[in-house]
Amino acid sequence: MSARPKVPTQGPKPPFWRDPAKRALVFQLLLVAGVAAFLLTIIGNTQANLAARGITTGFGFLNDTAGFGIVQTLIDYSSQSTYGRTFVVGLLNTLLVGGLGVLAATIVGFIVGIARLSPNWLISRLANGYIEIFRNIPLLLQIFFWYFAVLRAMPSARDSMSFGEVIFLNVRGLYLPQPLFESGFGLIPLAFVVAIVASIALTIWNKRRHEATGKRLPAGWISLALIVGLPLGVLVVTGVPVTWEVPELRGFNFRGGITVIPEFLALWLALSIYTASFIAEIVRSGIQAISHGQTEAAQALSLPQGLVLRLVVIPQALRVIIPPLTSQYLNLIKNSSLATAIGYPDLVSVFAGTTLNQTGQAIEVIAMTMAVYLTISLLVSMFMNWFNARVALVER
Amino acid sequence: MSYKNNKLVMLTSVAALVLGASATTQAATLDDTRERGVVQCGVSDGLPGFSAPDDQGEWQGIDVEVCRAVAAAVFGDAEAVRYVPLNAVERFTALQSGEVDVLSRNTTWTTTRDTTLGLNFAGVTFYDGQGFMVSKDLGVSSVEELDGAAICIQAGTTTELNVADYFRAHDMQFDPIVFDTSEQTVGGFEAGRCDVLTSDTSQLAALRIQLSDPDNAMILPEVISKEPLGPVVRQGDDQWFNIVKWSLFAMLNAEELGISSDNVDEMLNSENPNVARLLGQDSNFGEGMGLSADWAYNIISQVGNYAEIYDRNVGMDSPLQIERGINELWNNGGIQYAPPVR
Repeated sequence: MSARPKVPTQGPKPPFWRDPAKRALVFQLLLVAGVAAFLLTIIGNTQANLAARGITTGFGFLNDTAGFGIVQTLIDYSSQSTYGRTFVVGLLNTLLVGGLGVLAATIVGFIVGIARLSPNWLISRLANGYIEIFRNIPLLLQIFFWYFAVLRAMPSARDSMSFGEVIFLNVRGLYLPQPLFESGFGLIPLAFVVAIVASIALTIWNKRRHEATGKRLPAGWISLALIVGLPLGVLVVTGVPVTWEVPELRGFNFRGGITVIPEFLALWLALSIYTASFIAEIVRSGIQAISHGQTEAAQALSLPQGLVLRLVVIPQALRVIIPPLTSQYLNLIKNSSLATAIGYPDLVSVFAGTTLNQTGQAIEVIAMTMAVYLTISLLVSMFMNWFNARVALVER
Repeated sequence: MSYKNNKLVMLTSVAALVLGASATTQAATLDDTRERGVVQCGVSDGLPGFSAPDDQGEWQGIDVEVCRAVAAAVFGDAEAVRYVPLNAVERFTALQSGEVDVLSRNTTWTTTRDTTLGLNFAGVTFYDGQGFMVSKDLGVSSVEELDGAAICIQAGTTTELNVADYFRAHDMQFDPIVFDTSEQTVGGFEAGRCDVLTSDTSQLAALRIQLSDPDNAMILPEVISKEPLGPVVRQGDDQWFNIVKWSLFAMLNAEELGISSDNVDEMLNSENPNVARLLGQDSNFGEGMGLSADWAYNIISQVGNYAEIYDRNVGMDSPLQIERGINELWNNGGIQYAPPVR
C-alpha cells in the first residue's frame, strides 16, 4: 500500500564519514578541541607576557592594605582596610544603585506606559513626550546633566534648603535624620512579619472561598491595613522606642543622620528615567498586543474595569512584557558602570579604577570585574526566566 | 578626550596583554620605533604646563618636551612624536602593553610602581609635592583646619593615598570625591561639590588658571608629600631605558654647561672638553645607545636645555609662574643633578 521504498534494515555498514551522526560527533570534538586550544594559548600567552615583563601576578593583592578612602560605604571601611574589602564596597554600591534603579524604572515605566494609552489627550501626549525625550538622549549626557547642571543650581552647605529643620538639601547631598532604635524596638519588625504572614493567609483563604462560594472580601485593602497598621499599633503601644539623629551643620558639612550623596542621586535618577522610557514602550506594546476582543469579552461578563485589567489584560500582557523587560534590567545594571564618570564609588570606579591603578594588576582586576557583571546579569536573567515561566499562560 | 574612549584604551591595553604574542615589544623598542618613524609618547589628558594641546592643536608642556627630546635623540627630529593622551588609571597598562614607548605624564616615582608593574623610572623631570587648593570663601589658611571637608581627587593617583594617610595621621575626617579626569575633578570643585581640591602643587597651579574665577581660589602653604615626577619605560629593555634617561640628563647637563638652543652652534667649537663630549665633537657617546654622535646636539638645538623647557612651560615665562625652587640645578641651590658625560 505504501508508496515509500522500503529501507533495508540490514546491509554493509557505511564508512564513518558517510554516517551523519558520527560525522557530527567528529566535528563537535574538533570544535571543543579548538576552543580548548585557544583558551590554553591565551592563558599561556598571558603568563609568558607578564613574566617576561616582570609584572606581579596573582590574587595576593586582595589582602594588602588599600590606603585610600571611599565616600559611600555600606559596610565598615577605612583606609586601613584591604583591597578585597574595596571590592565588596564597590560591589555593594553597584548593587544598591542597580537594585533601586530597577525598582524606580519599573514603577515609572509602568505608569508612563499605561498613561501613554490613556484616552486623555494631554496625559498620553505628555507620556509620549517623556518617552521620546529620554530614550533619545545618550545616557552619559543625562548623567552629566543631573550631576553638573542640577548640582550647580544647589545651594552651598551653609545656606542649605531645609525641610522642617530635619531634612536638608544642598550641593553636598541630601541629609536625612537617622532613626536610632532603643530596646523594645525588636517587636516592630516582628509585628511586620506577622502582618505579612497574616495577609498571605488571608489572600489564600479569600481565593479558596471565592472559588467555592463566589463571595469575596476586599483582601488587598485588608492586607494593606494589616501591614501598615499592626507595626504602627505596636509602635504606639511600646511608647515609640525610636529617637532620631538629626543632621547638624558642623564645620564644613552636615554631620550625623543619613547622607545621600549627589553622585548617587544623579546616577540613580538618570538610570531610572532613561530605562523607564524603554520600559514604558514595552508596557504599551504588551498591552496593545492583547486583542480588543479579550477586553470586550470580559466586559460582556460584566467584570468591572479594574478586574478587566487585572484578571484579563495584564496577565496576558505580562507574557509579552517580561522577556524584553529582562533585557532592560540587565542594561540598567550594566549602565550603572558609567558611575565612574561622576565619581560615584561603584565597582568600576573603586575596584577597576583606583584599585587597579594602585596595584597595577590589570588582568586580575578586570577579570574579577567582568565576572561580577556576568554573574549579576545571569542571576537576574535566571530570576526573570523563572518569573516568566510562572506568569506564562497556562493552557487548560 | 571622551570618557568612553578612555575605557576603550584601557580594555584594548588589557586585551593586548592577554592576546599579544609574547616578547614582541621586548628589548627592541628602539628598532620598533625606528621602523614606525615616530616615538609613541603617553601624556596626560590635558594639564597645562605639563602636557596639553594649545590652540593650534599642538601638544605643549614640560612632559611633552621630554617626548620631543627622545624623538630628537632617536630621529634627529623633535616633531617625530605621536602623543597618546591617557588618564591616570589607564597609563601603566598602556605602557605595559606597548601602546606607548615612553610614558611622560606627571607620574610619581614610587616603590610599587617601580618594582611590581614591570616598569622603570628613567629620572625626574620635576620634583613636586602634594598640596591643597581651597576657595577663599572658605576662610581657612591651613590644612589642619580641614577636618570634615569634602575633597575632590583624581582617581588612580598617589594623591589619593597621601590624603588618606595624612588625614588619618592627624586624626581628621574627610569625604573623598574621586573623579576620572582632571577636567571632571575641577568641574566638581567649581560646582561646590567639595571644599578642597588636592593634587601635586604644580598641577594645582595649572588647574587654578583653568577655573572661571582663579582669584577666588588659593593654594594652602602645606606640602604633604614627595612627588618626583618623571618619564617611565618598560622594564627589560635597557637600551631604550638608557636613551630616555640620557635624553633627560642631556638637557640638565646642557643647562649646567651653559649650552642653550641659542648658542649650541657656537658651542660646537667650544674649548671646554665637557661641552665637546656632550655635543659629540670629541668622541661618540651616542654609540652605546645605538644613536648617532650628535644625539645631544639634536636635543639641545631642537628642544633646548632644562632651564629653557622649565621656563617656557611651567616657569616665569609661562602662565603657571612656578618658581624653580628645588628644581634648580644642584650648584644653584636645587636638587636637579645629572651624571657627567664622560
